[in-house]
Amino acid sequence: MNTNDLILQTVTKIVSFIILLFSLHIFFAGHYNPGGGFVGGLLTSGAIVLLLLAYDIKTVANSLPVDYRIMIAVGLLFAIGTGVGALIFDVPFLTHAFGYFTLPLLGKTSLHTAVLFDIGVYLVVVGATMTIIQTIGESE
Amino acid sequence: MLDIVLKIALIGFSLSSVIILIRVIKGPSTPDRIVALDAMGINLAAITGITSMIFHTKAFLDVILLFGILSFIGTVAFSKFLQKGEIIEYERRS
Repeated sequence: MNTNDLILQTVTKIVSFIILLFSLHIFFAGHYNPGGGFVGGLLTSGAIVLLLLAYDIKTVANSLPVDYRIMIAVGLLFAIGTGVGALIFDVPFLTHAFGYFTLPLLGKTSLHTAVLFDIGVYLVVVGATMTIIQTIGESE
Repeated sequence: MLDIVLKIALIGFSLSSVIILIRVIKGPSTPDRIVALDAMGINLAAITGITSMIFHTKAFLDVILLFGILSFIGTVAFSKFLQKGEIIEYERRS
């Protein structure tokens, strides 16, 4: 049977970017509003899963050349790095610091090292979810 | 006044969910059940919106968008399973 996924693929091209933007919004809003690294990572992997549904594993691997196992390792490195970085300044492990900075486009912004820890959580969640789904999808 | 209206709407959406649940349970074919589950997800998003209006909070507004996205992805996955037999293919046969 010859099938044609034109409508699904065209909708996916638009909707996956909306999901990605929403996941970034949820990730960065996590400090003051509901959200954070876990939900943001799950939504990002949801967008990639939608791409996998509309296309196939080979096409998505060509357009997103990311090894998700390395992504898990980098995320864990981020989480450990923020913990060890506190030891350099002679404070207990995982002590976080923050400050107010004036950025050129954004104005007065509060930057917190907990965001770096959250980036680690985000990368680990995306990597673990996509590793599970791709490993199940590849096996015949 | 608005509180009564919201509660009436909540009852309406609950009744609609129950009627959809009947279609999920005794739907003759699998596509009937899938469409009913999709409609139930959107109903749940509406119930979440009304509940957040009753509670006077903006904390649940992200959940509504999340329900929409998850319902869409789930429905697409189910319909691809029905059409092709596998959800994620390694190489697409066009």
